Amino acid sequence: MSNRTSQLVPTPGQTVGPFFGYALPFEKDNELLAPGSPGSIRLQGTVYDGANQPVPDAILEIWQPDSEGRVTRRTGSLVRDGYTFTGWGRGSVGYTGVFTFTTVNPGPTGPGAAPFISVAIFARGLTNRLFTRIYLPENEEALAKDPLLASLEPERRGTLIARRDPDGGLTWDLHLQGEDETVFLDFQ
Amino acid sequence: MPQETAPVTDEFVPAAEPKAGHAPLDAAVETQQDLSAEINALGQAYARALQGGAPAEVQPRLDYPPYRSSILRHPTKSLHHADPETIELYSPAFGHQDVHALEADLTIQHNGEPQGERIIVAGKVLDGDGRPVAGQLVEIWQANASGRYIHKRDQHPAPLDPNFTGIGRCITGPDGSYRFTTIKPGAYPWKNHLNAWRPAHIHFSLFGTEFTQRIITQMYFPGDQLFPLDPIYQTIVDQDARDRLVASYDHNLTEPEWALGYNWDIVLTGSKRTWTENEALGAEGDKE
Repeated sequence: MSNRTSQLVPTPGQTVGPFFGYALPFEKDNELLAPGSPGSIRLQGTVYDGANQPVPDAILEIWQPDSEGRVTRRTGSLVRDGYTFTGWGRGSVGYTGVFTFTTVNPGPTGPGAAPFISVAIFARGLTNRLFTRIYLPENEEALAKDPLLASLEPERRGTLIARRDPDGGLTWDLHLQGEDETVFLDFQ
Repeated sequence: MPQETAPVTDEFVPAAEPKAGHAPLDAAVETQQDLSAEINALGQAYARALQGGAPAEVQPRLDYPPYRSSILRHPTKSLHHADPETIELYSPAFGHQDVHALEADLTIQHNGEPQGERIIVAGKVLDGDGRPVAGQLVEIWQANASGRYIHKRDQHPAPLDPNFTGIGRCITGPDGSYRFTTIKPGAYPWKNHLNAWRPAHIHFSLFGTEFTQRIITQMYFPGDQLFPLDPIYQTIVDQDARDRLVASYDHNLTEPEWALGYNWDIVLTGSKRTWTENEALGAEGDKE
């Protein structure tokens, strides 16, 4: 890990605004692999605001290792060939605030590491993107040892851990504000 | 923390019909004067804090009440500091399979020429250490010359342009450079408050070499009279930081009898990964 400090001041972010819907989505944007293909799971959830109302105009991006924990460097996310796992996807929420991805369970990136999916969220009314993580619910030992989870207040840890659905998929809700506010990350 | 439902002045509400422009004002509607008073008070408080030795703020405030839609959509707990790990230290890769070279020209996507002032917007994407971000995706979207988005929810009664969609993409060159040909977007009205107008802007979506550098922002045009009135531009309370979103007119980019040129460089946050020599080797090498 480098301790270098930035020499240039970063350009500020701005809200994605209300009108990204004709620009950012693309065909199969939320299908990191084809639905129904071996190993594929559904990752779904709802984005909520501070009044616990679904947010109908948010867009999420996920970025994750493959099922073996390998970080892929393959191109082809925007024009998917149906076979190459690029590790990145983009999913807009619908009118009810629900997003869906088809992906795989990420593998551990090292021995004993807790697998997670990295998330960036953008929304109208959100002045800058937020980062967070989605951890798999299994392997409590690895979760207990995870440096980020261990550094959180116990009552907030759960906001980063998905639930396993009966069909093998994952459900993870995101709360921008409120009692169940998701833990958002500052990497700087 | 406010728990009411979203304010009635929401940007999804269709703008007024053209002929309704002279209807009597609803006393309950917030005016630009009200909003400007709030914006100015926050700006003055920030100026006092700076004088008192507070550090300059380089990013927008997540909690900025004059942008009404942010009231229920900003985290109230502070962001949790984390060291990026594994996947976060890498970025998704995009290449020429993903983006066709012609997608950088927003004026050739239909049969005819779009209406408006043709412009070239070009610059570089750099990381916080000044290294070019090479071979990476840049996406833009914008209103047309009349200030109208093609988005179905934009009901601003200004004409759509059948020859302009307003979406572009490109992959940065080895020196981090990008270049789009487009039309200068118009200002557009929204419903944050009565008579709210966004300064002309182009939305930019950028990736770095690490996912932690992911950013979506907006580029503005120099000298826009709407800057002080706009609650979104003003979510950044620091003038120097706001200036970083404003392109420069660049006559060297201007093409004779064809298009005016604007230059805008984008600096992402610093990289956290330890770079190998090959990765760090930009055109000028690593200056450290």
